[in-house]
Amino acid sequence: MAASSRAQVLDLYRTMLRESKHFSAYSYRSYAIRRIRDAFRENKNVKDPVQIQALVNKAKRDLGIIRRQVHIGQMYSTDKLIIENQEKPRT
Amino acid sequence: MLLRTSWRLVAAAAPAALWPRARAPTRGLRLRVVDHGPQSAVPSDAATAPEAESVLRPLYMDVQATTPLDPRVLDAMLPYLVNYYGNPHSRTHAYGWESEAAMERARQQVASLIGADPREIIFTSGATESNNIAIKELEAAIQPDTSLVSVMTVNNEIGVKQPIAEIGHICSSRKVYFHTDAAQAVGKIPLDVNDMKIDLMSISGHKIYGPKGVGAIYIRRRPRVRVEALQSGGGQERGMRSGTVPTPLVVGLGAACEVAQQEMEYDHKRISKLAERLTRKIMKSLPDVVMNGDPEHHYPGCINLSFAYVEGESLLMALKDVALSSGSACTSASLEPSYVLRAIGTDEDLAHSSIRFGIGRFTTEEEVDYTVEKCIYHVKRLREMSPLWEMVQDGIDLKSIKWTQH
Repeated sequence: MAASSRAQVLDLYRTMLRESKHFSAYSYRSYAIRRIRDAFRENKNVKDPVQIQALVNKAKRDLGIIRRQVHIGQMYSTDKLIIENQEKPRT
Repeated sequence: MLLRTSWRLVAAAAPAALWPRARAPTRGLRLRVVDHGPQSAVPSDAATAPEAESVLRPLYMDVQATTPLDPRVLDAMLPYLVNYYGNPHSRTHAYGWESEAAMERARQQVASLIGADPREIIFTSGATESNNIAIKELEAAIQPDTSLVSVMTVNNEIGVKQPIAEIGHICSSRKVYFHTDAAQAVGKIPLDVNDMKIDLMSISGHKIYGPKGVGAIYIRRRPRVRVEALQSGGGQERGMRSGTVPTPLVVGLGAACEVAQQEMEYDHKRISKLAERLTRKIMKSLPDVVMNGDPEHHYPGCINLSFAYVEGESLLMALKDVALSSGSACTSASLEPSYVLRAIGTDEDLAHSSIRFGIGRFTTEEEVDYTVEKCIYHVKRLREMSPLWEMVQDGIDLKSIKWTQH
């Protein structure tokens, strides 16, 4: 397998964020977006290709989790929280 | 015929998310909240009255009572609720083997979080059962002077952290067993059963973003701690806890422990910041607010505040948009003030005014700010209505008043 390029990592990052915005539960949505941003930021200076590949593999597994859980959450969604009307930008 | 075919084509094309009929019926308690903001498109199957009010759920700030499932935990559990349904004690077929493998993997995940050996983890139905098993050991003691010290690691009402390592070392030197109920501490603060000389530890699943109905007890092997089984039966879990181990639940507990181990530092940093924000904002805007519990040895996610001259229950009712608690959930039915607050010497009137704010992994800054804003507003409003507050403003010392004639 070729080592993950910067473009691939960025693509993965954008895909994860895009998927996370579809969580219907406020708590999960805000956590996923925040955690993904912080995790990628924290690891942005990693140089070792083996470590990078391990991180990318874990991110791909997490993307699978996000996709499945977003789907399930939408099937069992309920009313919004009291603060969801007031704040539109989802952090 | 044509109509049926076209329906089937449409059903096949539309993903489940866009197909309203596929959604489970909403069972949440419909909170009638007057929404002063712009009308939001709240999708709802049930017919809502054509009023200006929309139905919105309160914020959840009661993580000491229970926590939501982390999506990673649910994802780990689902296969064992759908296809991998074997009994982990069935030795003769693949269903049993795969279920057993999952159970043992979960055992390793729990052990790893607390620095134990997997053979020292017994799955139970929760921390309460684990506590009972540990205490029963006292009755099964052989030597007349053997005793047991049992201490909570982190208190669920005021968040105080006990000096576990120090207590552990004292107990070990006096040859006394040491048990700790770590339900509120596991996965939130670093715990190591060997460094802290813990002999028995209770673990709860639903306090660490895992499922309800499952927990574990850690029982030291070296030196061996003997416990007596609470329930007898088929001899599962080394004879210490008979009954089929619920694979989906223990997989959830294991996943919750693994996630907690990975996220402990990140969560602790964030929760500390949010806790500091909440306390600072409230104390800046309101006088006569007391934080219960030692501020130095304190788990940040559990903030217990007493608002003088305000009755705790009425403040809770006023804060209907936020799910909070005063005192612990296990004793919320009675009207007596919390035994914990009484024990730390809180005045009776302040004990009745206490509210517990819980901050967890999923709590956002917006939720904290909203809670703070509502809290300040309602405390001010309730104090305006309070004759006691009026007397205090006039400079009367409430302690000098004789309330009874005789």
